Amino acid sequence: MNAKVVTNTANSKVGISIAVLAVMIAAALPYWGNPYWMYEFVNIACFFIFAMMWNLLAGYGGMVSVGQQAFFGIGGYTMLALGNLAGVNPFIAIPLAAILAAILAYPLSKLAFRLQGGYFAIGTWVISEVVRLTVANIEMVGGGAGTSLTAFRGVSRTFRQYTTYWIALGCVVATIALIYIFLRSKQGLALQAIRDSEVAAESQGVDVQKMKLAVYIVAAFGCGLAGALYFVSNLRISPDAAFSVNWTAFGIFIVMIGGIGRIEGPIIGTILFWAINHYFSDFGTWYLIGLGVLAILMTLFAKEGIAGLLHKHFGWDVLTTKRIFKAS
Amino acid sequence: MSSVVIETHKLNGFYGDAKVLFDIDFRLNEGEVVGVLGANGAGKSSFLKAISGLMKVEPGMITLRGEAIGGSEPGEIVRKGIAMVPEGRRLFPSMTVEENLKMGAFAGRKGRWDINSVYAQFPILKEKRNVPSTSLSGGQQQMVAIGRALMSNPDVLMCDEISLGLAPVVIKDIYDSLPNIVSEGMSVVIIEQDVMVAQRCSQRLYCLQEGRVSLEGASEALTRDQISQAYFGI
Amino acid sequence: MIETITQGILLGGLYCIFALGLSLMFGVMRLTNIALGDQIIISGFIAIGIASVLQLNIVLIGLALLPCAYVSGYLFQRAVLNPTLSRDPVPSLVVTFGLSIVIQNVLQELFSANPRSLDSGGLNTQSIDLGGGFVIGVLPLIIFATAIACTFGLQMLFSKTSTGRSFRAVSDDREIAELMGLSAKKVYATATGIAFCLIAIAGLFQSMRTTISPADGPSLLLFAFEAVIIGGMGSFWGTFAGALILGITQQIGFMFDPAWGIWFGHLVFIIILFIKPNGLFPKTKG
Repeated sequence: MNAKVVTNTANSKVGISIAVLAVMIAAALPYWGNPYWMYEFVNIACFFIFAMMWNLLAGYGGMVSVGQQAFFGIGGYTMLALGNLAGVNPFIAIPLAAILAAILAYPLSKLAFRLQGGYFAIGTWVISEVVRLTVANIEMVGGGAGTSLTAFRGVSRTFRQYTTYWIALGCVVATIALIYIFLRSKQGLALQAIRDSEVAAESQGVDVQKMKLAVYIVAAFGCGLAGALYFVSNLRISPDAAFSVNWTAFGIFIVMIGGIGRIEGPIIGTILFWAINHYFSDFGTWYLIGLGVLAILMTLFAKEGIAGLLHKHFGWDVLTTKRIFKAS
Repeated sequence: MSSVVIETHKLNGFYGDAKVLFDIDFRLNEGEVVGVLGANGAGKSSFLKAISGLMKVEPGMITLRGEAIGGSEPGEIVRKGIAMVPEGRRLFPSMTVEENLKMGAFAGRKGRWDINSVYAQFPILKEKRNVPSTSLSGGQQQMVAIGRALMSNPDVLMCDEISLGLAPVVIKDIYDSLPNIVSEGMSVVIIEQDVMVAQRCSQRLYCLQEGRVSLEGASEALTRDQISQAYFGI
Repeated sequence: MIETITQGILLGGLYCIFALGLSLMFGVMRLTNIALGDQIIISGFIAIGIASVLQLNIVLIGLALLPCAYVSGYLFQRAVLNPTLSRDPVPSLVVTFGLSIVIQNVLQELFSANPRSLDSGGLNTQSIDLGGGFVIGVLPLIIFATAIACTFGLQMLFSKTSTGRSFRAVSDDREIAELMGLSAKKVYATATGIAFCLIAIAGLFQSMRTTISPADGPSLLLFAFEAVIIGGMGSFWGTFAGALILGITQQIGFMFDPAWGIWFGHLVFIIILFIKPNGLFPKTKG
């Protein structure tokens, strides 16, 4: 019998071509769109990157964190401190902030990994609260009231907006591409094996703890990146905003609606979230109640999310990370 | 001829998408000890799981005195009088010996077996009644597992590989207690890998191979060759 | 200093009641109820609502709340949580986290963000003078006594009753427990019913002792969780001790600097998690 492993389906090739075209059109947005769209895109991009990281952690790594806002805030505050206090160009400070978030994730993992399952979730939340309370007591970055990013003084508004937008677009594309490549790599397959059965994966020689640590650090990097980007765009930071558990809440919402454990899940989820946010966020508490109820209902009745439903009913796999074993 | 207690009719069972039991026809008469033999993965444990309700099957595939019980909840099946001694004993580790035994009475069936009669059957357990079950030896744990199943006063006792991991002398002790247990009309299904043990203790034997019945007959009448062919498929 | 420690111990009593609800559900079904804090707060608001409409005695309100809490916990487990239970922790965590957000915003919509408290009929201002200017409030003392009673009660329930045995059975080995004729779903529902009673008691006390507002829930959850981990999972007296340690630490922190009290509590939790991951009083295995 002849057999081969197929990693690209015809559908996914079409999908990638469409995506390349879309990115090219999006990159030209400053020349055909209006500035408010750019601002909105950057914000949504931050939610998206955050959601991709949460999906990586929970959907692939089996680690349900309710404390990823710790790294989001660390990213934002590091960028601000580098810009305001050390005179680093904020755009350059964005990757530096993400790197610091990743470095801090290592010692924090030593704590968080002592807990499992649901207690891991609350443990990460405590860690994030500790960071928030600590930052709120540092007067140099504005204490509890927060402060503004002043490093952009003298930089033209247009230049700042355009550059922020392109960086955000670049980060979105890079996040999708890197996670896609990672999940199809040997390590990515090992990770999915861990999700299916930790014991079985370990017996196959996968170093489970090392893989989990790697995922945790990558997720911290991504969340730090999102945080730095968000506050470069919004210019005003406070501990309550930067370390708000709502970041994780929105991330979970996006992933659960879109489809957990699928790379296209957060993409679909973010588009939907953007639409809901755009039209309903003025309703305040009712908007949040609606999001919460929707997430609960999805979890109870359609655990695979929209991406899973599309796959089940139409066989659609836009960005498949599965290796299909085909006899020929 | 004595009356039929359990019967299966073309029993098919699945683990997820994998089919593990194929058209099994099986019969257990009142007061009888029936052995089920087979190699690892032949479907012996799946067969017991199907009867005890842990594996979902079509209702009519299993009948208890003519009543369809296939696919019922495990609790329902215990209350109808089928108890299991699970593979690997699986005592409750947070409990003492006596607490484990009391768990067996949860189904609430009345009869000959209660905590005192179990202690009379296995005196060592009375000595160790307040000891954590995890600190017992393998053979003693097996006695607790059997005692726990008896506490539900079953009409049918199903034992899954009770000799696994035990010393031969201990196995002999446990099987020697069987006649006393079944003396009052209880029927027993014994799942075994050990052909000798199964043949000695049972009246009839079934051999399973790859999820199918490969041989059945009276234990005394079956020859070594027949069994090894049905067992290994050679 | 002795006064601070006494205050801390009494505060720990309240945290103990929070923590027992969390620990009970985790122990029986490995479920982490992220909405615990918000459920405590909503119980407080329900009590405040009843008191403002019916002008009932506080003890009567408490007695009326308990059966309601049990039934709602039982039904909540059967209808919502049981379907989420599996090897995968995601569904139950997302559902309870989503519920937490829904409760906070519903309370915000109904009661606005203003803090409120339950009129305890003067209990919160009465105190006992132990001589030498050393004064203990009556309400904190009642809370502390209740915490001891709840811990003792749960311990007895688990070790001496058949309900407790069924809790341990499904926690040890769900499949075998069902082979014994137990329905794990019903056992879980019973456990959640009892946990909701603890939550109702906690909500009543929290709203009498201080003011509550809709966004308070998450911090109560974190305190409950810290108490459980400090004490060591699987033992109710360990949780009790963990809660006292957390209460004392926070009080000492508040004494030095009000801005750092909570932070100091978190820090002690982190230190203990780091040096003794199984808690200070882990359950010794048989």
